[in-house]
Amino acid sequence: MSSAQLGLLLYGAWKTILLTLGGMALALVIAFPVGLARVSHNKFVRAIGFTYVELFRGAAVLVLAFWFVYALPSLGWQLDPTFAGILALGLNMGAYSGEVVRGAIQAVPPGQIEAATALNFKPSQGMRRVVLPQAVRAMIPSFGNNVIEQLKATAVVAVVSIPELTFNGQLIWSGNGRAAAVFGGLLIGYGLMALIFMTGVKLLERRVAWT
Amino acid sequence: MSFIDFTDVSKRFGDNVVLDDMSFNVANGERVTLIGPSGSGKTTILRMLMTLTKPDSGTIAIDDEYLWHERRGDDLVPASEAHTRKVRSRVTMVFQQFNLFPNMKVLRNVTEAPIHVLGKQKDEADERARELLEMVGLQDKADFYPSQLSGGQQQRVAIARALAVEPDILLLDEVTSALDPEIAAEVLDVLRDVAKTSDVTMLLVTHAMRFARDVSNRVLMFNEGKIIEDAAPEQMFNEPQHERTKAFLKSVLEEV
Repeated sequence: MSSAQLGLLLYGAWKTILLTLGGMALALVIAFPVGLARVSHNKFVRAIGFTYVELFRGAAVLVLAFWFVYALPSLGWQLDPTFAGILALGLNMGAYSGEVVRGAIQAVPPGQIEAATALNFKPSQGMRRVVLPQAVRAMIPSFGNNVIEQLKATAVVAVVSIPELTFNGQLIWSGNGRAAAVFGGLLIGYGLMALIFMTGVKLLERRVAWT
Repeated sequence: MSFIDFTDVSKRFGDNVVLDDMSFNVANGERVTLIGPSGSGKTTILRMLMTLTKPDSGTIAIDDEYLWHERRGDDLVPASEAHTRKVRSRVTMVFQQFNLFPNMKVLRNVTEAPIHVLGKQKDEADERARELLEMVGLQDKADFYPSQLSGGQQQRVAIARALAVEPDILLLDEVTSALDPEIAAEVLDVLRDVAKTSDVTMLLVTHAMRFARDVSNRVLMFNEGKIIEDAAPEQMFNEPQHERTKAFLKSVLEEV
């Protein structure tokens, strides 16, 4: 492997990490309001959360990426391709992560909310001080899962010419024709990155334990 | 009007009538034990006072203020959240399953509501919490998480947490049912102490009859959503009038 090829792969890996973390950051920013909306007592607010989840969970990342990279510019709105990729990934993962938030909130035992009521917390105080801290801890393993899913989904946006790992791998392959070596290498690369992300999540899980 | 007034309160869950048009009242400072077979509506009474279970009909008032309703002109309308919170501020509850907040250390479990609900300064709340923890014999556990304590210790923290909000009415819902008899005794000793040293009004649901006799000055016997006997503990436990009460007490006392 030439140093040019190595540089291409490293740059691609860097873009992949950027897309993963950017997409996941956007997903988390979306997930909390969406998840909270899904458990709201207000029917209208619940409907907004529900609509978001159904809309973006069902939207193919690939089609979203086409939309941001090709359709929006045709309407006169140019986006940086990497930013467009992050949008496509994050909007979709935000729907999944919103469901994680909802599930974790609903999994907090009712006795906790009853105790908050018995101490005369406002519902919003009970949510912020009692329910959410417990729910967030329960969310972390699922978010870890989502990060890995997000990492793998980044390969999809190679199609819109974002020079991430898969895109650059394809470039190298078209140059040397060695499919087994190139795509074998990519698999190992994704595996290594997944391992790093997972280790990070595990460390985070340990930090938030209450003992 | 008495201190606590239940007027024509009914509650059903599906076909199951839990409370059937029930009226009774409790005077300020009274210690009332609710006894009766499970499903007879005792816990529902406590949960309604804590605003955890909503009555289907009837009214509940504390010191002449409706809990689930508010007055608008001559009408009674469903209470706003703000009204309910105001009336509810006089009541608190200790639960069968303790329900301590696992994400907070013991001290913060006790200070959280005084600081964020009563608006106390942190120093003042900490000091009071430490006094209360000492009263329940757990002053050395302030910096532990609830998961590091035994069930009996957790329940004693829950009692300290309840007292920290300075309630006028303390509800105790089978607070020793989840504990071994020996551990339960520690918790009951703490509650005897509370009963002796404060003038808080207490409503308790319990199967610990000797404890009920020690701390309460009135016992209500529930059966099928109605109060069938209302007497002082000596009367209730020594000379129950109702056949159903006799049968119930016999079965409970044989069990122990």
